Amino acid sequence: MKRIIELNVNGVVHEVVVEPQRTLLEVLRETLGYTGTKKACDSGDCGACTVIIDGRAVLSCLTLAVEAQGKNIETIEGMATGDRLHPIQQAFLDKGAIQCGYCTPGLVLSAKALLDENPKPSREEVKKAIGGNLCRCTGYVKILDAIEAAGEQAN
Amino acid sequence: MPQYSVLGQRLPRVDGPVKATGKANYADDLVLPGMLYAKLKRSPHAHAKILSIDTSEAERLPGVRGIVVGADFGKFRYGLRPDTRDEYPMALDKARFVGEEVAAVAAIDEDIAQEAVELIKVEYEVLPAVTDPEAALREGAPQIHADKPGNISIHMHTEFGDVDAAFKDADYVREDRFYSQSVLHGFMEPNSLVASWEPPNRITVWASKQSPYFLYRNLANCFDVPLSNVRVVQPYIGGGYGGKNGSYALDFAAVMLSKKTGRPVKLTLTQEEVLTAQRRRHPMIVWLKTGVKKDGTLLACECRIIADGGAGTAIGPTTIANAFYFMNLPYVVPNVRFDGKRVYTNRPVSVAQRGNGIQQIRYAADVQIDMIAEDLGIDPVEIRRRNSAYTGYTTPNGMKVTSCGLQESIDEALKAVDWEKEFRSWPEKAEEPTGRIAKGVGIACNSFCSGVRLRGHNCCSAVIKVHEDGTVSLMTGSTDSGQGSETVLAMIVAEVLGTRIEDVVVPQTDSTVTPVDPGSFGSRVSSTAGNAVRIAAEDARRQLVAVAAELLEAKPEDIELRDRKVFVKGAPDKSMRFRDLARLTVAHGAGTTVIGSGSWGQEIDPVDFEKGIGNLAGSYTFGTQAAWVEVDTETGKVNVTRMVVAHDCGFALNPLAVEGQHEGSIGGGVGHTIYEHCVEDDGQTLSSNFTSYAMPTVGDMPEMISYSIETLDPVGAFGAKESGEGTQVSTIPAIVNAIHNAIGVWMTDLPITPEKVLKALDEQKAKDRVLSEVR
Repeated sequence: MKRIIELNVNGVVHEVVVEPQRTLLEVLRETLGYTGTKKACDSGDCGACTVIIDGRAVLSCLTLAVEAQGKNIETIEGMATGDRLHPIQQAFLDKGAIQCGYCTPGLVLSAKALLDENPKPSREEVKKAIGGNLCRCTGYVKILDAIEAAGEQAN
Repeated sequence: MPQYSVLGQRLPRVDGPVKATGKANYADDLVLPGMLYAKLKRSPHAHAKILSIDTSEAERLPGVRGIVVGADFGKFRYGLRPDTRDEYPMALDKARFVGEEVAAVAAIDEDIAQEAVELIKVEYEVLPAVTDPEAALREGAPQIHADKPGNISIHMHTEFGDVDAAFKDADYVREDRFYSQSVLHGFMEPNSLVASWEPPNRITVWASKQSPYFLYRNLANCFDVPLSNVRVVQPYIGGGYGGKNGSYALDFAAVMLSKKTGRPVKLTLTQEEVLTAQRRRHPMIVWLKTGVKKDGTLLACECRIIADGGAGTAIGPTTIANAFYFMNLPYVVPNVRFDGKRVYTNRPVSVAQRGNGIQQIRYAADVQIDMIAEDLGIDPVEIRRRNSAYTGYTTPNGMKVTSCGLQESIDEALKAVDWEKEFRSWPEKAEEPTGRIAKGVGIACNSFCSGVRLRGHNCCSAVIKVHEDGTVSLMTGSTDSGQGSETVLAMIVAEVLGTRIEDVVVPQTDSTVTPVDPGSFGSRVSSTAGNAVRIAAEDARRQLVAVAAELLEAKPEDIELRDRKVFVKGAPDKSMRFRDLARLTVAHGAGTTVIGSGSWGQEIDPVDFEKGIGNLAGSYTFGTQAAWVEVDTETGKVNVTRMVVAHDCGFALNPLAVEGQHEGSIGGGVGHTIYEHCVEDDGQTLSSNFTSYAMPTVGDMPEMISYSIETLDPVGAFGAKESGEGTQVSTIPAIVNAIHNAIGVWMTDLPITPEKVLKALDEQKAKDRVLSEVR
């Protein structure tokens, strides 16, 4: 049975018609056009679909859209300010942490959820925060460097 | 080192901002008006005759718009060479592996398409299946292709020098068996495309392809349309590593569904479909026999391999040829004999994966050289130095080494790891108690082809268009599947034209506009497409300089282009902005639009798949790796703690990108060595998700340090050679040799799981007990 819900994405409230079994990932990508949120495994194994809900990194493929009602959803599209990249995005670029880019939005949001709460994490804390995000291109080295650099810059 | 203004700098990638902000469109992000969604029906049997396909119930399901089956494609088959065309777009008479595509449905949404797939009734006659390549070679084994007796997909037998005499002369001969398992590509973006058929005969596809021009040719042949009517547009590619080179059932099915329904069709696989039924690396059994002199000088190698090819040949001939060619490098081996069989089995098709056939053989050879060193009491570094190839060396089969920094890479790696202090051989350590965590260090060397010479279309081409505001478009058919080639090619344009990288735009490949290019494989792009781009940029530069010389009243040879400005040598008062030159070029005199073009290919004979005679690539890279491991002797778990890479890449066009390639290769290599294994049961893949198919996470990665050795190769663009694959080759033996150094056992069966380590330790203890009793 379809119903109308309100989703607050990057500060914009959208009214959407959804079936209750639709995941947040599907609704973000297919209904609202936030295709920066990536669908890779669609089963909670890889972290590519990570978004931030009320300050916490969440897998949108394992979250029903109806569960996200009334909450603040942050996606990759909400991070830059105009043409100015968010410091985490800038650090990913400068440190060479991006290759094919498919895992990048999820990693950037996992990093943001960490740094918002703990602006100067240790390397081990960074590893723990992105432990659920798979990347096949980079071997993770430059991703760790980027998140650490973004954290230092924020201080 | 030459002085450049753009090249050699650690510049961030040009597509970084769109990828970092989520604006980069991948195939599954695209939506067209009226688009349908497609799903595939797959065989549940590893080997079965298809007796009938009943689609009537599926067709009646509301929302279904079209269904295709194998028969819709007639008898069309495709493959790398005319004699290896053994794949149908979709299963025709029988299914040859679990998951082979037998039908496809297009519907108004994905759920309906999936429901319809389940309503299709396929009647099978199940046939005996064979999923083990050695069993497939036995007499009486089920025959997978009627026209390929004995299940032989490829057989290459060749010999150079006098191998038998050399073994007789050898002071020491050793023979070992190695096994490299079934490994998946593990790209994050599942295969995906949107296809649109426009009557009467025009095809447009937006497909995730490392090498869009394979698909372009196959679609033209399959649908009988001229190449100029096949438009393959390249969205961003979410990783490929060899697994997005070819043409697959999903591609043909989506186009045929669009043709049948008159609507655009999107077909995106689920990750489960990718992991269980798409392409994978060749599992390989390698028997390697090597003869040496007392001092470790290599005299002869004899190698026999059985590669599990799965149900089709695809690019298999290159895999087998690569395995042979890289018996010959990075070490000097005067006498070689090779027998390589690629065998059909009822498994998904094996293809290239980062290292294509070279990993498997070099893993065996670079572990065996450590075994030989230990047997003869020679230092593992010493034996590598003694046998190292060198600049100017030609292998017995004719591979020409135009530049070789292997010795320098050994120096650099040893320095970085403080080898003299850190390394003691296992026999020296054997009697000491290790404690629960045993530590070891190991070394391995590699060589890799930089710019493989192909049969058929070989050259890369580029077209450069200078806009009147001084910005530049670079049209290339080479695709960037993440490695950063778009950035490196843009840097070459900026360097030659004296502009900045931000002035250069590289539109994505579109086969109706961009030049035809073989594709991104064989570590070709920087070296080969790089040269084509250099030539095209020089062509554009010549045209610009001619106009500048007239405008500034100077000789063309005195004109200099640098940092968006035009100068005259020796006349500091005469100069102009590059953008003004660009504007005046179209307006001055009769005017000319500057369009530079260039093509470049390796001027060597095509690859010889029969005997392996001649050169394989324009040049070859060399490298050395050192690995540190910790082995938990109670649980058997191996942890790689540190990895040093020193790699002769000729010239690092962009050191940031080069490091990224090494780090990614180490990631893939660590996975291949320790973690990854495609688990199967009678042809059914059980590791169907990223939890059961365990690729390394951030916590599994070693600390990494990489060094570039710059030998300025005379063939590659600006002296550059590959950096994308060679390092993954030596990651495996470096780890295996380090494990031996930690616990004294040789792990010859990948992956090195905790169970295998514990078993090896138990066997070692039992052997020690027997030996002490005998004593």
